[in-house]
Amino acid sequence: MNENLHGIMAEFREPEQLLNAVRAAYEVGYRKMDAYSPYVVEGVAEALGFKKTRLPLLVLLGGIAGAVTAYAMQWYSAVIDYPLNVGGRPLHSWPAFVPITFELTVLFAALAGAIGMLALNGLPKLHHPVFNAPQFKRASQTRFFLCIESDDHNFRLDEVRDFLQSRNPISVTEVEK
Amino acid sequence: MSPLTGIWRSLDHLERPGDGSEEMQHREFPEGASELSDEWSRRQFLKIMCASIALAGTTGCTRQPLERIVPYVRQPEEVIPGRPLYFASALTLCGFARGVLVETHEGRPTKIEGNPGHPASLGASDAFMQAELLTLYDAERSQAVIHESQVSTWDLLLGELAGAAKKWQGNGGAGLRLLTRHETSPTILDQIARLLVKYPRAKWHEYDPLATELAAPRYHLDKAEVIVSLGADFLSAGPASLKHAHDFTLARQPKSTMNRLYVVEATPTLTGAMADHRLVMRPDDLEDFARTLESGTGSKVAALIAADLHEHAGRSLVIAGECESAVVRDAARRLNQTLQNVGATVDYPAAGRNSARNLQELVTDAHAGEIDTLVIIGGNPNYDAPADFEFGTLLPKIASTIHLGLYRNETGVACRWHIPEAHELESWSDAAAFEGSATIIQPVIEPLFAGRSRHELLAALLEEPFSSSYEIVRAFWQKRHAAPDFEQFWRKALHEGVIEDRSAAAPASSPPPNPPPPRSAGLHLLIRPSAQMLDGKFSNNAWLQEFPEPMTKMVWDNAALINPATASRLKLENGEVVDLKFRGRSVRAPIWILPGQAEDCVTINIGYGRTSSGSIGNGVGFNANTLRLSDAMWGGSGLEIGKTGKHHDLVTTQQHWEMEGRDQVRVGTFAEFQRRPDAIAKSAELPPRKDETLYPNVPDNGRAWGMAIDLNTCIGCGACTVACQAENNIPVVGKEQVGRGREMHWIRIDRYYEGDPANPAIFHQPVPCMHCENAPCELVCPVAATVHSSEGLNQMIYNRCVGTRYCSNNCPYKVRRFNFLEYDENHFEKPPTRKLMRNPNVTVRSRGVMEKCTYCIQRISAVKIEAEKANRLIRDGEILPACAQACPAGAIVFGDINDPVSHVSRLKASPLNYGLLAELNTRPRTSYLAKLRNPNPELEQI
Amino acid sequence: MNAEVEEPLVASGYDSASVTQKITDIVLKCPLQRGWLGGFAFAFILLMLFNFAIAWVLSKGVGIWGVNIPVAWGFAIVNFVWWIGIGHAGTFISAILLLLHQDWRTSINRFAEAMTLFALACAGLFPLLHLGRPWVFYWLLPYPDTMDLWPQWRSALVWDVFAVGTYLTVSIIFWYIGLIPDLATMRDRAERKPVQLIYGVLSLGWRGSARHWKRFHMTYLLLAGLATPLVLSVHSVVSTDFATAIVPGWHSTIFPPYFVAGAIFSGFAMVLTLAIPIRKFYNLQDFITIRHLDNSAKVMLATALMVSYGYISEGFMSWYSDDKFEIYMTLNRMFGPYAPAYWLLIFCNVIVPQALWFKRIRTNPAALFIIALLVNVGMWTERYVIVITSLHRDFMPSAWGIFHGTRWDWMTLIGSFGLFATLFFLFLRVLPSISISEMRDLVHKKSESSK
Repeated sequence: MNENLHGIMAEFREPEQLLNAVRAAYEVGYRKMDAYSPYVVEGVAEALGFKKTRLPLLVLLGGIAGAVTAYAMQWYSAVIDYPLNVGGRPLHSWPAFVPITFELTVLFAALAGAIGMLALNGLPKLHHPVFNAPQFKRASQTRFFLCIESDDHNFRLDEVRDFLQSRNPISVTEVEK
Repeated sequence: MSPLTGIWRSLDHLERPGDGSEEMQHREFPEGASELSDEWSRRQFLKIMCASIALAGTTGCTRQPLERIVPYVRQPEEVIPGRPLYFASALTLCGFARGVLVETHEGRPTKIEGNPGHPASLGASDAFMQAELLTLYDAERSQAVIHESQVSTWDLLLGELAGAAKKWQGNGGAGLRLLTRHETSPTILDQIARLLVKYPRAKWHEYDPLATELAAPRYHLDKAEVIVSLGADFLSAGPASLKHAHDFTLARQPKSTMNRLYVVEATPTLTGAMADHRLVMRPDDLEDFARTLESGTGSKVAALIAADLHEHAGRSLVIAGECESAVVRDAARRLNQTLQNVGATVDYPAAGRNSARNLQELVTDAHAGEIDTLVIIGGNPNYDAPADFEFGTLLPKIASTIHLGLYRNETGVACRWHIPEAHELESWSDAAAFEGSATIIQPVIEPLFAGRSRHELLAALLEEPFSSSYEIVRAFWQKRHAAPDFEQFWRKALHEGVIEDRSAAAPASSPPPNPPPPRSAGLHLLIRPSAQMLDGKFSNNAWLQEFPEPMTKMVWDNAALINPATASRLKLENGEVVDLKFRGRSVRAPIWILPGQAEDCVTINIGYGRTSSGSIGNGVGFNANTLRLSDAMWGGSGLEIGKTGKHHDLVTTQQHWEMEGRDQVRVGTFAEFQRRPDAIAKSAELPPRKDETLYPNVPDNGRAWGMAIDLNTCIGCGACTVACQAENNIPVVGKEQVGRGREMHWIRIDRYYEGDPANPAIFHQPVPCMHCENAPCELVCPVAATVHSSEGLNQMIYNRCVGTRYCSNNCPYKVRRFNFLEYDENHFEKPPTRKLMRNPNVTVRSRGVMEKCTYCIQRISAVKIEAEKANRLIRDGEILPACAQACPAGAIVFGDINDPVSHVSRLKASPLNYGLLAELNTRPRTSYLAKLRNPNPELEQI
Repeated sequence: MNAEVEEPLVASGYDSASVTQKITDIVLKCPLQRGWLGGFAFAFILLMLFNFAIAWVLSKGVGIWGVNIPVAWGFAIVNFVWWIGIGHAGTFISAILLLLHQDWRTSINRFAEAMTLFALACAGLFPLLHLGRPWVFYWLLPYPDTMDLWPQWRSALVWDVFAVGTYLTVSIIFWYIGLIPDLATMRDRAERKPVQLIYGVLSLGWRGSARHWKRFHMTYLLLAGLATPLVLSVHSVVSTDFATAIVPGWHSTIFPPYFVAGAIFSGFAMVLTLAIPIRKFYNLQDFITIRHLDNSAKVMLATALMVSYGYISEGFMSWYSDDKFEIYMTLNRMFGPYAPAYWLLIFCNVIVPQALWFKRIRTNPAALFIIALLVNVGMWTERYVIVITSLHRDFMPSAWGIFHGTRWDWMTLIGSFGLFATLFFLFLRVLPSISISEMRDLVHKKSESSK
């Protein structure tokens, strides 16, 4: 069998087809596979066996980090590092420290979210084998793809092709690495 | 010269003999060659540049005069860099000496203060005294001997004089005339006397546009309980004003008694603003009033005032204004006699001896062609002589005219010879104070522009072998004080800055008393000296040009002041340019409507409208002298106003003059004060108590600087404003910038009106930084550029300021000033001489930086350092901010408010003490003492 | 919003293919039209004017403006607040409306967000130019400097720096994340290699994997969740520039909500000012339908009422406070030297929006466009009135003054339009001005519901 094979990819017209195909494939026992669509299709990810993401936790941690950083910075600089009598106010004027604390909380959380998302998605990744499929261009426009990868433990070239053909796709192609 | 003799350059020259080879000597380009002829000509430019280079050099070395001069505090064995030295000297005002102490850094005078030991200044100063410093450093002072408008030399002049002298020896000096200002300098008078002996037929004339009464009565205001001023502005005008303000203040303190001041005047003055009763009337009505005051009959008001005077016989005083007619002045004199005030509250000196003749004679002789040489020593008659003398057309009639002056002014330009005069701080001289005591004027810097002193010129006329002013003055005093201890006497005189020597009493020549103005309806013209330009002497002084006129708060202009009712009757509005027609002469002037001005009276100030003053003074305002006539020096009736339909922008530093029912200035009567002292200063809304706060208070143990300003004694003269400007290197910004609300004064004097615009109550309130303990400005600065010091100063850190201007917005007192542009590079601050003048202890602020009153922190630090070195505590009153030091009324007191016995704490403990806008919980360190009036209860009821 | 009576969000007859094509073609296919060129040229000229004005103020100092004592803050601050306000609609639409499941936001959120960024770009410049010494603006940032000094945390201006900075960053992130799938589409539809390359890099290699979509949406929602309090906080903080000061007319607790409402008000006005010409010019009437305009108009009406409430309560409070300074300030605003400005703002922000009660007006693009313009003017005037009239007569009558903008003030204001417009014109040419992936989603949902 072709060592250089990334997997076999089926192209569908309708999102429902993709969803059913994925569910079926999962029942058959395929695990190493991925679905591609121009917009999110409800349920596909779950059908692929996708567990809930850790993003919210990341964002929370980011927020806490921001809050602590901000308040610590203000308190340290105003009380410890360079105490000044400003307008007769106490060195530790906590109410005045709140706005900046809030802003940095949001900032850090947002950064954590964005960077976290990219990291978990393994992006940026400018090249990926699926791009080798000529028709994959349409994955970002109109078509829906299912690609069962060759390193799946019960990957048999013919079986997979037949299986995918059975979901009446527009096309089925082998994707080179 | 004949074509055959002498040099000839060309046939063409031979054709036209006499074609000025002498003229050619000084001509830069041949006839017809294109010559750069803008007002900033190449020659002028080079002059300035040379001066600047020369001066730039002096910044390094010190320009101590060669002769030994004695510092006030300690001897300058050597100048210690960074350690200022103080020299006692004097500046003259209308010829009269007012003692000063000049602070010099490395030989550069940087500040002028009053000499506490001098009777005419008593340590205080006024705007003029402060601003002399700027005149000293004015790069536009004349810098070269000019002959026929070409640069010449002193020796050439001596040559010409020598020639003339031969003739004079023959004819006893016929045709030689001397024209001076009022001279009180014993040495000058001696020199002139000797000149008149030498040339018996020569004549000496005196002219002073302010015609100050030389034998002026001497008032003892501290002894007077009831004072009636008949048009006299004794508190702020004249050579004795500082003394008057000082004495008046003493009797103004609310103790068992407090003096009462009635002022009767036609145009509001600072004295009028201080009055308990201010009566507004035209000069001719004022005469009637004076009479009724004498007779005690007539108007009820006059009767009541007369009664009050008689009640206080021997403790009262009647003062007549110098601008008032003889009728009024004589009435005042008689009143004082009948009231037995003479000897108690007033002395009338015997009319002194003075051989000077007046200008009138000079003019007649000149027209008769009897004069061939006129030597004008100081002054500017061509500008300020009465218009009907036509001085301008007269000068060309005289063969040889020589002018000695600080500036090549209108007269200098019109004279054949002009000699640059040395400034009083540049040369040795002497002068007498208003009450006779003499002062040796010692120079504090070598002449910056090679100026000559009056002594040197007179010596030249006397054909004495050349000797410096120092030798001349010293020689005179040696003669006067021929004693073995002369050296001590001399050193003492220099050191103290005053000679207790009545024999130097000012000679006296009363000016021609004004004839009683013919009664007539219609408008009445009043001509008055300017509180900024005086008689034009200061018109090239940017500080005074930008010094807000105390009544109008106007800068960079003079105007025709007119009463609101009259204005509405004639349909005139502020800034409207009108034709003032007075006895066949006319001048164009902008109108300014002034509450408190007498109806149908138009006041104009002299000293403006200069044409040869310099780039600063030229063309500012209009020349009131064009309406000044020898028989109506201070104006008269018969003025007409013609509309021109033109408008001129007048600029003031204060636009809004009502208090809007707010209580910035709190006022009560002396009676109330005796009944319930604490009721007066109490505001409707009480400031929060110190413990009324969620925040812990910042501990303020140790020193806590604070200031108290006594509105009861402040006369609003504005000396503090200019003193502050001099001390803190505050830039001048010019009319356009002031018009945009960008004046830079750190301490301003607010002026409020209350009541009937025809005769409102007038209040003055100096406003420096309040140094709030809860400073709103500090809270909003994003970069901590303004914070609190441990001693409670609200500090401004220039080099940290980024210029958000948030602090200014949040300052309820609006005392912060911002450098919107690079003011240090503008026309007024650029000249290199200005750099010499800067106070080295105060940063010059750059563009984009906020600044404000610092309580003169540089002075505080200086004293602190001294005290720490001597390991002692700072004495109360040892630290004097510039404003407090200048104030003639002692209204500004600074000190440690944590020291319960300090003067300032005692004032703050007074029931009259209140904080401005304290209800905002700013906790100002600067506080005010409420103003008290002492009205006549019976008069109140009318 | 009950969809059956409402106009459709997308005209019928569109599938994901045609949607994709229509939107991407604006950038990839359609040639430079004269209209665009003309507009861009004009915007660019204004931009040059802006540069000139900035160069001059940097070389001479803020003295060339009308600012003075007492009115130390002038156009720079007014413009800053105004632009920031406009910058609010974008995030409001994309974040808050997203959380509220307002589908109609889809077709306008992209350029609304772009508008936000460009408005912030303009806004961000003014505080810097406003400084007396702009070259040391960074002293407002916390960094260990040689003077060992830190910013003064009690100052609202420092809060501003953080608020605006955060808002700008988060808006960019939010915008960019949303763009990634569309950038991928552009990459795949572009014919020419360099274009493919650029979009390819920008899209970070997005390939629409189902797992990625999952996380993508999670992040998008989280960001929306964060942006929501942020968008409310920013103008609140800006309002504290005034509210924390003691100046009568500034020192008011109502400012934060009142400023936020005002911001969204002016933001939507600007959205309409832009949307109405765009949909006409690129005939996107099928995507930006009457219903979008209608809804935006409703938001404007609502916020207009809030702002009006703000004006009323300001007046009431100053009377109720019985504070002589407050009372004087209010009367001075209404009848003082700046009364015309005050009544102009009342007209534009209170009277004019009342027209939006009528559906006929809400659904008439021309009318809406005019109203939107008036509201833009009105909101600028409001800031002018707040800043100038409060300062020019505060506590000390002796220090009262007057302020007039100089020609340099006006140049800087008009010039900033140039910056904004230039950026916007470029945006239209290089990026999909409507979110393609979301539109596909919408079209799909629509076909679902129609089945």
